[in-house]
Amino acid sequence: MATSEQALSTDLLRLVTCGSVDDGKSTLIGRLLFDTKQIFVDQLEHIEDVSRRRGNEYVDLALLTDGLRAEREQGITIDVAYRSFVTPRRRFQLADAPGHVQYTRNMVTGASTAELGIVLVDARQGVVEQTRRHAYILSILRVPHAVVAVNKMDLVDWSQQRFDEIAAQLDGLMAGSVGGQAADARPKNLGLPDLCVIPISALQGDNVVDRSGRMPWYDGPALLEHLETVEIASDRDLDSRRFPVQWVIRPISDEHHDYRGYGGQIAGGVWSAGDEVVVLPGGARTQVEAVETIDGPLEAGIPPMSVTIRLADDLDVSRGDMLADPAATPVVARELEARVCWMSDRPLEPRARLAVKQTTRSVRAIADELVSRTDVHTLEDAPAPERLELNDIGVVRLRLAEPLCVDPYGENRTTGAFVLIDEATNETVGAGMVLSAS
Amino acid sequence: MSTSRALPTVTHLDELESEAVHIFREVAAELERPVLLFSGGKDSIVLLRLAEKAFRPGKFPFPIMHIDTGHNFAEAIEFRDRRVAELGERLVIASVQESIDRGRVVEETGPRASRNRLQTTTLLDAIEEHGFDAAIGGARRDEERSRAKERIFSFRDDFGQWNPRAQRPELWNLYNARVRKGEHVRAFPISNWTELDVWQYVAREQLELPGIYFAHEREVFRRDGMLYAASPYVERMEGEDPFVTSVRFRTVGDMTCTGGVESHAGTIEEVVEEIAATRVTERGETRADDRFSEAAMEDRKRIGYF
Repeated sequence: MATSEQALSTDLLRLVTCGSVDDGKSTLIGRLLFDTKQIFVDQLEHIEDVSRRRGNEYVDLALLTDGLRAEREQGITIDVAYRSFVTPRRRFQLADAPGHVQYTRNMVTGASTAELGIVLVDARQGVVEQTRRHAYILSILRVPHAVVAVNKMDLVDWSQQRFDEIAAQLDGLMAGSVGGQAADARPKNLGLPDLCVIPISALQGDNVVDRSGRMPWYDGPALLEHLETVEIASDRDLDSRRFPVQWVIRPISDEHHDYRGYGGQIAGGVWSAGDEVVVLPGGARTQVEAVETIDGPLEAGIPPMSVTIRLADDLDVSRGDMLADPAATPVVARELEARVCWMSDRPLEPRARLAVKQTTRSVRAIADELVSRTDVHTLEDAPAPERLELNDIGVVRLRLAEPLCVDPYGENRTTGAFVLIDEATNETVGAGMVLSAS
Repeated sequence: MSTSRALPTVTHLDELESEAVHIFREVAAELERPVLLFSGGKDSIVLLRLAEKAFRPGKFPFPIMHIDTGHNFAEAIEFRDRRVAELGERLVIASVQESIDRGRVVEETGPRASRNRLQTTTLLDAIEEHGFDAAIGGARRDEERSRAKERIFSFRDDFGQWNPRAQRPELWNLYNARVRKGEHVRAFPISNWTELDVWQYVAREQLELPGIYFAHEREVFRRDGMLYAASPYVERMEGEDPFVTSVRFRTVGDMTCTGGVESHAGTIEEVVEEIAATRVTERGETRADDRFSEAAMEDRKRIGYF
């Protein structure tokens, strides 16, 4: 297993699983955790014991993932759960989101940080409405890699014909490839950039951790093998330098009298000493003096590293400002058109006043116009809805009281993302992805 | 542009560290009076290191607070005082003994008596007394099932309660830290770390830990399949005869509810090897406080536990 030496080389893959109990999602997660030896003896004994007391005939792996009392009592999954597992090749952080329609908000939440999404399909049912919805959410959240796990292959006699039928259904639905080969000329309805379709049986373990001998017609990787090898380093946005200033480090001490550093997490580009920068929204120009941490200066900093940047000139820079490449600046925006997932019981109506938190900056905004609402069943847009209800996804035009420095979400998943906060209740009521800004 | 330069590799520890530093800075920037909870255990020692990464060469923008049950391992207290002095930061101690003396809580009695439960009152009183609006803690999602569903910024109402069904959605790296007066947030920078990550980080950063984390000869007794340190704070029952063996501790809690494991791992590297091969969770193996009911942790968290 992973030891100290391996810790120096393994990277982190964040993934989200989409699906419901009926698709065998809990079984799949239980299988991944169990077969990679992440389930400990006491946890297993515990769920065996609880399953027995409830009179279940088999060990209910869902008990591992259902953490809250209400979930266990009602046999439902309420919330996103985060769990970890590790193999000698990679460390995984899994966001497990419940799959029902009413939990769109949880799936959006789980997908927001994910680099890979697993969508489960029941081999007997094929592509259903829920599959489309899950793929749609992965695509609008711009999760760079997707896997469709065609589960319960044992119940269709390991049939290649059935698998091919499902793969063909997927092909019409989104950019697709079978067994990990890249798709090129196929229609890209939902724009999933990298899709891999894998036939599995989570219950029996086929193609989950090890390749199955029962589907010799499939020559692609097992699921875990794919998770371990999918290339993620190139997903980082290295093109345009973006650095939201999070915290000003200004020690009041004799030793560091003139020190002024800007702490933050790099949101885009490669940062080095000598780089030209513009401070937005103000517009002042200077150069990077140093990119450093307490361990010393860095030759180069890239996303998602947390660093401290020092500037050549003593400018008035504070939290909420953004340092950027003067040759490729973000939009200093007063108006946003954004795709919004509404997350509150109280609907969003036109003219609503909200706070927008984007990177390290919060501003007030008015929802001037509800442009459209997406039907999560048909994925069709209806124009000018009267309101957005809980779990609705729609396009909203926001007018900002003060400027935000944004990029389209399609170009940068950090500077193009925001949450909406109701200032009366302090609740987080929505999640937004910038489509365009001016 | 970027293509000519060699780019740094970002390992999983780098990424977890960056996330934690970002969380620390968000707490400091968005809340008025945060406090860092420190137990003397490995998780809070890692937090101190991460706080240095977030704020040096500046001072920490918050004090460090220890909820002192009075039933500590001596090594942990000695370590706490030395480490805080080295850092030059401010330490606040909130004492369970004082809560007992003031009649805020009643001491449990008998062989299973523990001050673990009483800590919650001491903690909430201290938060109110000092007007803290954020308490930064070292809880991890891998510790326990209800933790797996808790937010990184976990909101507590006026009574210090956690309501798992009314949690704020948490997306990207955007945390909603807004609180009203009297309410507070618990912030968990190492939420996404595992026990193994913590040990790997301790090894990478060469962090010093209290000696009880490494194998040492100690007088212990066996209860419920766990090894407890023999101490004046625990009343032993019939047949719980003490014996000396080589143990190490996986967590550093109150002596009354923290068990040790038999081990000969004397170095960080040896401990990492043992953890990587272990088959029992640290709370399942060594924390009596989590073994009572299916929802033990959830119940304690609801009323304001760490």
